[in-house]
Amino acid sequence: MSQSVEPAAGEPALRVSDLRTYFPVRSKGLFPKTIGQVKAVDGLSFEVFPGETLGLVGESGCGKSTTGRSVLRLIEPTSGRIEFEGVDVTGLSSKEMVPVRRKAAMIFQDPYNALNPRHTVGAIISAPFAVQGVKPPGGVKAAVQELMERVGLNPEHYNRYPAEFSGGQRQRIGIARAVALRPKFIVCDEPVSALDVSIQAQVINLLRDLQDEFGIAYLFVAHDLAVVRQISNRVAVMYLGQVMELATREDLYARPLHPYTHALLSAIPVPDPRAQKQREHIMLSGDLPSPAAPPTGCVFHTRCFQAQDICAVEKPALVEPTTGHQVACHFPILEFLGTKGILGPDPGLTPQAGGSLTGAAAGSNDLIREIGTDYGVGPDTPIDPGPSIWR
Amino acid sequence: MVILLLLLTLVVFILFSLLPADPARLTCGKGCTPAVLEANRHKLGLDLPVIQQYWEFMKGLFVGRIYAADSPDPVVCNAPCLGYSFKRGEEVLVLIKDRLPATIWLALGAFILWLAAGISVGVYAALRRGRWQDKTVMGISLAGYSLPSFFLGLMAIFFIVIRLQLLPYPSYVSPFENPIQFFQTMLLPWIVLAILYAAFYMRLTRNQMLEVLGEDYIRTARAKGLPERIVIRKHALRAGLTPIVTAAGLDLAGLLGGAIITESIFSLPGLGSLAVNSVNDADLPVIVGITLVTATFIIVANLIVDLLYAVIDPRVRLVS
Amino acid sequence: MTEHSNLRRAFLEVSDLSVQFPTEDGIVRAVDGVSFSIERGQTLAIVGESGSGKSVTAQAVMGLINKRNADVSGQANFDGEDLVAMSDEDLRKLRGNKMSMIFQDPMSSLHPFYRIGDQLTEAINAHQKVSKTEARDRAIEMLHKVGIPLPAKRFDDYPHQFSGGMRQRVMIAMALINSPSLLIADEPTTALDVTVQAQIIELISQLQREFDTAVILITHDLGIVADVADEVAVMYGARVVEHGSVDDIFYHPQMPYTLGLLASVPRLTQVRNDRLDPIPGNPPSPLRLPTGCVFHPRCVYQDEVVGDLCRTQRPDLESVGPGHEVRCHLPAAKRQAAAEVALAALGRSST
Repeated sequence: MSQSVEPAAGEPALRVSDLRTYFPVRSKGLFPKTIGQVKAVDGLSFEVFPGETLGLVGESGCGKSTTGRSVLRLIEPTSGRIEFEGVDVTGLSSKEMVPVRRKAAMIFQDPYNALNPRHTVGAIISAPFAVQGVKPPGGVKAAVQELMERVGLNPEHYNRYPAEFSGGQRQRIGIARAVALRPKFIVCDEPVSALDVSIQAQVINLLRDLQDEFGIAYLFVAHDLAVVRQISNRVAVMYLGQVMELATREDLYARPLHPYTHALLSAIPVPDPRAQKQREHIMLSGDLPSPAAPPTGCVFHTRCFQAQDICAVEKPALVEPTTGHQVACHFPILEFLGTKGILGPDPGLTPQAGGSLTGAAAGSNDLIREIGTDYGVGPDTPIDPGPSIWR
Repeated sequence: MVILLLLLTLVVFILFSLLPADPARLTCGKGCTPAVLEANRHKLGLDLPVIQQYWEFMKGLFVGRIYAADSPDPVVCNAPCLGYSFKRGEEVLVLIKDRLPATIWLALGAFILWLAAGISVGVYAALRRGRWQDKTVMGISLAGYSLPSFFLGLMAIFFIVIRLQLLPYPSYVSPFENPIQFFQTMLLPWIVLAILYAAFYMRLTRNQMLEVLGEDYIRTARAKGLPERIVIRKHALRAGLTPIVTAAGLDLAGLLGGAIITESIFSLPGLGSLAVNSVNDADLPVIVGITLVTATFIIVANLIVDLLYAVIDPRVRLVS
Repeated sequence: MTEHSNLRRAFLEVSDLSVQFPTEDGIVRAVDGVSFSIERGQTLAIVGESGSGKSVTAQAVMGLINKRNADVSGQANFDGEDLVAMSDEDLRKLRGNKMSMIFQDPMSSLHPFYRIGDQLTEAINAHQKVSKTEARDRAIEMLHKVGIPLPAKRFDDYPHQFSGGMRQRVMIAMALINSPSLLIADEPTTALDVTVQAQIIELISQLQREFDTAVILITHDLGIVADVADEVAVMYGARVVEHGSVDDIFYHPQMPYTLGLLASVPRLTQVRNDRLDPIPGNPPSPLRLPTGCVFHPRCVYQDEVVGDLCRTQRPDLESVGPGHEVRCHLPAAKRQAAAEVALAALGRSST
């Protein structure tokens, strides 16, 4: 896990190019018409290599779950190309998808609803064998019990029903089912967000062990940046259907370039009171715009503290300023702005203690900038927009 | 909606054309000769292909219709013509108009009774969930649900009318003619019909209330310090009302098509008894007419229910 | 916290609170002898995992537990009155007035059929006689205070016309509209996105300063606890297993469960070896709480206690420092050593 995976090495387990999944918006009434589209996933390209985890993070409605499902064609993508181990599966019929599904599996968020309550654990975990017509050596039951043992369940509980298990154990059942056929690739859709902290850690460790053992590639979809950091080699940050930033874990958490990544990171309180009080504190104003009517230009510009005129007009391209670090922003943050970064009050609220309303606020979309003097930038100095490739 | 009605009449037409009974045979009595039979068949328009019969019917509905126009005694049926019953020698529309009031009175009275009883008892049971009051109510509801209405009706007549003579034997009059006799006649049918439905509404209301009382916004209402009666009446009951409104609308509409058994037992001159007699007589025009009227009631009720949804639930209101 | 009681009562002082639900499968001990206290202007965080009894504790304090279905015992002295002994009607008069509560899911906590303005003024009218226009003015002012843009216009909107974050603001406005002196926030941001969570937490802190409110924050998120709490009660298996100041809990934790919790949390920065140290096993069912110490089946230190104390005897809440209490049989020196190891793994020292 800890060894970094060379992106150039070998065939990716999954390659996605320009994936788009749009949902039609229909009018109500007797004769519904399509009156618009929700661009849930809007032009995503990424690769996941064998044995690697790509984390996909973002807030609700950013399209991360839709991406996970589109990749497995559980939701039909509108356009784009999906390749498993070099084989294009985009145009395959559902019959032709069957052998592909042997190589790719999914783990779901809700351990309470993803398992059929009327089936025994044995039946649930052995379902992939039956569906794919696979006869494991030694028989199905032995294989299932081995799997149960591997994921930390008591093999003697083969004939029990999901209701007899706790949330964490149910997620282990879901994991056993997913790895039954030794897939090359698994989409994990918020696999630990319904679990308690102490159980979360158990499941994360289990997923990592299985990856090391079987060389599985994960696409790990989650909203929790700390959880994602714990398991991912590379992380993609999504906002309104688009990738804002994609980098190795080390780069993304230590040297984030996109203002949105900064805001996300700074919004998460850390379980360390002293550190928490000293942290950079960026508060985004407002809520997520509706995905049915995304902002023009850069989709993030309505909440961005770096935004300037161009951001509302021109969509920034996803570029790669340093190897393996992609970002889509006109004004990426190339240096940390100090321990106290940007403070933004809520609309209609008085500024927080420590924040001061200055002239700079006028240009920055109702946000107040208070920039550390150590860095030689005062409130009135425009932030260096960076090298020319950004222009 | 109009398309739905058209389809429905067509289906009824085709179904009846497949029946082995020959309506013309039934019109012609004992001294029937093939010639009379043929004449009657022609008069009824039964010699035409089914589709053409249907076409004639639809035409009658909008522009009126003349039966047996080429015979010496044509029958004129003015628009909107639902058909003409040769068995009874009357326009179907007139027949239905005569029978409708009894049915409407029966349905409305029972409707009010069962809603009042069903909802209030249902709420009461929900508030005492799992305790003896709840269990008693549910037991009574089950009994009311399983008792066939003819049994209940016959028992009511036998004990209350014949044995105890608390009420005179039912004989329907219009409430505008003789309100006292009207109420004496209608009281038992109302109660019998209401018991059957109230049993269902108790259950429905109780289950709805139990579901709603577990909702987060009910907890919020209590956390605000609202008195319990406001929590129940204003917050819980309104939220649980939607499925009750649906059921009530459709049940009422269904009853307006005639409560067959209850009308027969209490010899009320309603649509239900008319329908039964017409089926026995294979009186196709009347059957089609009643079907059409009942279907219209149900479709209109659906529409009203949808409108009521919007009144109850702001999320249903159309965004302009 | 116990020394307070000799001098004067704390603003809210809960002692030996227990809640039991009789069910067909047996008695569910949801809360088992919980004690804590809080002053005005302070924030007490009650931390625990699902089923630990933290939410039921809060609902018992608010009088939201139906006494027909549950046995509530113990005391909760709130500004001189015992909330547990109080009649339902007296409790109702306090709820939403002197004490109020906000809940986890703002999407389902507002009544979908009523305008938010009506829901707000209803909260005013439940407790005082004011004219319609005055209630409206106060509601609009409160909406403005919680950061709802165009409050006079939004007053007439329905909940479904608001986003999740905005609905939670409405809930906060509703909870604070009668200027309560106690606010219980039960997982107020769990259903929200992180960027919105930051706004809501900040808003609660700000209004707390303005109204000098005592806040009980119920959460499973140690990050939020670190951010806003003054005092922390850690709950496990229906009991408080450790209680102390925020510094005590994060820098001098004593109870093995607290240590395990701190080690389980994924972090944004690398503070230890790359692997999380989860607590083994699963949380207990409130129907069958373990005997002795509720945590012993999952505790890695139980072998270091002489005999089978952990399995048989319920540990008392023992004072280990000013305002810092722990429920554990482990001897002080061994607890200290365990804490050193755990904190070192987090890259923190206890000094």
